[in-house]
Order: sequence, then structure tokens, then C-alpha cells
Amino acid sequence: MTDEMWINMGPQHPFNHGLWNLRVKLKGETITAAEPIIGYLHRGWEKMVENRAYPQIVPLADRLCYGSSLSWNHLYCLTAERLFGVEAPDRAKYIRVAALEMQRITSHLTWLMAVGTDLGSYTIMTWSIRERELFLDLLCKLSGARMTYNYCRIGGVRNDLPENYERDVNRTLDEFDRRLRDLEALMDENEPFLMRTLGIGKMDGRTAMNLGLTGPILRASGVDMDLRKLDPYEAYADMKFEVCTHTDGDVYARYRVRMDEMRESMKIIRQALAEAPAGPVRVKVPRCPPKGNVVCRVEDPRGESLMYMVSDGTERPYRLKVRSPNFVNLSASPPMLVGFKISDVPAIMGVMDMCIGETDR
Amino acid sequence: MATLYTVLTDFTQWLMDLIAAILDWTKLGILSDLGDWLQSAPVVDFVTTLLVAVIYLITVMMFALCFIWQERKFLGRFMDRRGTQVGVLGFFQNFADGIKVVLKEHIVPKDSDHALFEMAIFTYLASTFMLFGCIPFSDNFYVIDVNLAVLLGIAIFAFGPFSILVGGWASNNKYTLIGGMRAAAQLIALEIPLLLCVVSVVVLTGDLSFVGIVAWQEENIWLIFPLCIGALTFFIAAIGESERIPFDLPEAEAELVEGWATEYGDIRWGLQMASDYFRAYILCALFTMLFLGGWAGPEFIWAEAWFLAKTFIVFFFFIWVRAATVRIRTDQILKLGWRRLLPLAVINLLIAVALKVAEVF
Repeated sequence: MTDEMWINMGPQHPFNHGLWNLRVKLKGETITAAEPIIGYLHRGWEKMVENRAYPQIVPLADRLCYGSSLSWNHLYCLTAERLFGVEAPDRAKYIRVAALEMQRITSHLTWLMAVGTDLGSYTIMTWSIRERELFLDLLCKLSGARMTYNYCRIGGVRNDLPENYERDVNRTLDEFDRRLRDLEALMDENEPFLMRTLGIGKMDGRTAMNLGLTGPILRASGVDMDLRKLDPYEAYADMKFEVCTHTDGDVYARYRVRMDEMRESMKIIRQALAEAPAGPVRVKVPRCPPKGNVVCRVEDPRGESLMYMVSDGTERPYRLKVRSPNFVNLSASPPMLVGFKISDVPAIMGVMDMCIGETDR
Repeated sequence: MATLYTVLTDFTQWLMDLIAAILDWTKLGILSDLGDWLQSAPVVDFVTTLLVAVIYLITVMMFALCFIWQERKFLGRFMDRRGTQVGVLGFFQNFADGIKVVLKEHIVPKDSDHALFEMAIFTYLASTFMLFGCIPFSDNFYVIDVNLAVLLGIAIFAFGPFSILVGGWASNNKYTLIGGMRAAAQLIALEIPLLLCVVSVVVLTGDLSFVGIVAWQEENIWLIFPLCIGALTFFIAAIGESERIPFDLPEAEAELVEGWATEYGDIRWGLQMASDYFRAYILCALFTMLFLGGWAGPEFIWAEAWFLAKTFIVFFFFIWVRAATVRIRTDQILKLGWRRLLPLAVINLLIAVALKVAEVF
């Protein structure tokens, strides 16, 4: 045990959520080097969409991430709208904001579930999966699907809100508010959970920015960067909400940021549904966009996701490049891991919210 | 009064007489002598003891299986789900699992140390089964009641880490190696506080046999009241000794797949898994006997029923702890064992000595 040794944690390992490999070099139980290896789930998504017409890509964009398919679906539609030079109607924008925030909550609850299993508490897992079900039901009512919604369209959304939707959503949010308090009590007042998370995987804001981290992990290091505020898209400019930050930059801070974000999302959902103006939800768009290129970025639940689209004037995109927040966050894992114990790997990597679908594309 | 033992002795005597009669009928001198030998008192005694041991083993294993069932059901309730559903109240799931693991292929890793690999799991299970013999159900239903039963039980218990270490090493796998090392470190760190708590009980009761300790408590007071610190320390150490969450580091599945037992398959793995519950049962039984007055209780039901009821209640608290907490790190367990539990156990021992010197009881 005195020699250093490499340990493969993956591609088949209980701690991987998705198919990837984390190699860690151990001295005793302390990590001296780490190397994430990805690519097991590469489907050639970016190449594949070059042979599809623009509307055909919408359902494919869902498949980029199983945890938050709507945010990718929306990002594609938003990018395509800018390329086509159309704008979604106001009502569609508000509906999109509400749906996106519900998606953010389900995504964060999926993340919480993964953190629970990684740390060994199946109660956290089942409880967060239970709460997620509330929002899956709402999204199912809205779009007709539970996981891959295929809800956004280029130029709006597929359908208007169902009957009494705002009432249902508000009831669910009231219920979820209570349950979220239970969930927080399960972790914040739990000494073993604090022992596992406080002071682990520390990263200061400057390093995090230099490594290109985005999203909750960056905000947990005290950097106030949220594209919903900095570069508002859809109806976010009209929404009143706080950007959740934390100064510690450890695993607990990252956990805290995501929990706070769920509360902010609840606020946004209520506002968006209350303030949604009447009107159409979809506009007609031409078959082929003009020549040109466009870039668009949004705040995914995991960080900044970006699409760069080039059109050559035909009905198919010439090039579509995806920037996955997780791809960048994952490459920052070695500096987070080195110096900590192998037991900290699930805590550090679990709280990162891995999604291999969008990382490998 | 016809106890189980006298019934079994009569049965064995009858069986041996029958065999001897048959052998006598053959009129061969050597077989008649064999028949006479079979009828002799030592042989009858030996066979009776074997029968008692088998009956006892089956009884205890059935109750230990109830532990698995209890955990599945209660853990389900804690997690807001139903738990296992196979058969009457889900009780048959254990048998289904048992049949499944029996039917699996026996795989030995190619580069492992074959002899040690097979031996380690055997000694681990053997030590668990030997422990069953040390645990009486009541002053009428036990296998052995030697004067040093407490010491014997603890000594057999201490054999476990050795098997785990050997098994982890012999499997020739990095996960099992780390798991084995952790198990050894953790069990030793928690065994000493555990032992000191037992010593305090022994000091106060002046007896090293479980029957004597329970009789003392029946006469005076349940020891959980004067030795509440010791009971708490014993409880925490017992959770660690049975390798349950939050102390299930040796098989932390998020880091080490299945810990030291990663390479074991088929019934060996099944029994190893069940062995965790057998050991949990034994520790709960120890807690019941040392602190909760064992089988003492109002006599409207059997003493054995009191004993089992108390054991199941103690295990309920084990399940509660598991449902509420996350897994903690190795270094934290060692710190807890040496810096917190050990001083508490020493304080508890001092209290016991003071009570003994002051002749309170």
C-alpha cells in the first residue's frame, strides 16, 4: 500500500451516473492525480443533425441530456429562431420560462438523488425522486411526455397551457415548498452529511473562472454569474429573482446553491404563469433560414450551455456546435480531487451533476 | 419436565437402540460391538448435541432472515415506499434471493490466491455461525453456557477483521484490497470501545456468562439505566462493527463497488451479505442481554419472545440510523472511534467501578 496505484472508477462502477471513467492515483487513500476519461457515449450528435431539416432536430435536442431535456430543446429552438430571424410570441416566452424553471427543479432533484446514492443515503434518493414526480406530472400535462418533452418549437411552443394549469402549478408549488423544507432538514441538520460535504473539494472563484466552470459550481465559489441576469433571454428580464451564490466553494456550498436555486425557480414559475399575456403561442417560420451564423447561450441547470449554428441557406444546418457545461466542468475535476480522500470522490463528483449524454454528445 | 434436550436425548437413545438392534440381528460379532458402542452414553450425548446445534442454527438463521425482512420493510417505510412485496408481507423475497444466489456460478478470479480466497470467506462465515452458539435465547434455550461466554463471544467476533483482510488481499483486486484494509482498521478502532462497555457490565454484575448477567439484571436493575453512556457507546460501536451505514466503509459501494467482497459471487456472496445481518442480529442480542435485561419481562409470554422482541426493537434503531444518515469517511470513523467512543467507554467503566465500590446494588 505504500506505492501509488491507479484505480479505475468506471466505466462500469456504481458511482458513475452515466458511462465514463475516472482514473484516480492513490497514495494510501489520498488522491495524488486524477484523470476523467469520456467518450463512451459519443453518438456523433453534431454530425447527425447536419443531415436533418431544422424542425427534425427539435426532438433530437431532447436527447442531449436525459436529466434536463427541455433546456436543450429550448436552447436549440432559441438558436434557430435567431438564425431564422423570428421571435417567439410573448405568451410563448412566458410559458417557456415557466417550463424551463420546472425543468430546472426536476434536474436539480435528479442531481440530489444522485448525491444521495453517492453518499450512501437512499432516503435522500427516494425522497427527491418522489418530489420530482410532482413536476414530471406537471410537465407531462403540459407537453404529453415525462422525460423527453419535445415541447418547444422554432417560433414558439407546441401548445398553449392546459386548462387550470396555473392553479395546478401553484398547488404543487405550495406542496413542494413544504416538502423541500423536509428535504433540507434531512441534510442540513444531519451531522454525517455535513462531515462529508463541508470543506471538501474546495475551489476559489479565480481558479474556477480560469478553468471555465459555469453554473452552480461557479456560483458556489462566490462568482455572481447567471446568464438569466447577465444576458437575459426569453422573459427573464421581467422576472424578479435572486442569483444564488455561496462563498465557500466546497461541496456543501454547491449543494446549498442548488437548493436555493430551486426556491428561486419556484418564484419564477409563479411570476411567469401569473404575468403571461394572452395571445398566440407560435408563429410561422420559413422553411429555410438566410445564410449566416448565430450563437446563443442560456443558463442550463448545469451551467452555461451554448449552441453555434451556421446556415448555408438550405433547409439543413451547415454546422451545429454544442458547448456542454458538463464537459468543461468535468475537465476541472482533477484540481478539485487532488489532495482529498478516495471517499470524497463520490461527494465531489456527485455534486457536479454528471450528465454524460450532453458531455459526449 | 421434558425440555427440548431431554426429548432429543430420548429420541437419540431410541434411534441408537434401533440401529443397535438391527446390527445385533446380523449376528456378526464386530457389528454387535459397534451397536453396543453406539448405545453408549458419550455417543448419544454427542449426537444429541449435534441435533441441538442444527436446530439452534436453523432457528437463529430464521430470525436473522427476519432481520433482513424487517430492514426491507422499515427502510421502505422510512423512504416512503412499500419495501419488498413478494409473498406474505414480502417475507418470501429472502427465499427468492437465496435461491437466486445458490443457482449462480462459482467464479474464482484467475490471478487470485485460490486457497486463501476460499478460506477467507469460509472462516468469516464460520466465525459468524460460531457466534450464534454463544447467544442464548433464554436461560432454558441455549447451546453453551460457559463461565466465560462473554469473552468467548467477543473473541470470536474479533476474528472477523482477519478474514476480511485475508479475503481482500487474496482476491487480487484493488477495491477489495482497500476494502479489506478499511475493514480491519475500522473494526479494531471500534472493537476496543465495544469491549470496554462489555467490561463495565462485567464489573458491575461480577459475572462473565450471559445467563448470569441477565439474572443479575432481573434481580437489580436493567443496566441501560446506570450505564446509559456505555449503552450509547455500545450502540454506536455496534453499528460500526456490523458495517452498516453510516459506518459501512468496508463495502462503500459508491467508491469500492462491493468493498472486500467484490470478487465473491454465488452463495458465498449471498452468505457474506446475510452475514452482515447475522452479525447485526448478534450485536442486537448482545445489547439486549447486556443492557436491556435480556429475556427478563412479565411472564405472560415466553422469555424467548421477550428476548426476540427486545432484539428486534434494538435493530429498529439500527434501521432508523441507516435511513437518516449518510456514509462517513474512514478517517472520520477512526477519529470517532479513538477520540470520542474510547473516552466515553472509559468514563462509563469508571462509573461502573464507582457503583461497584459504593455497593449501590
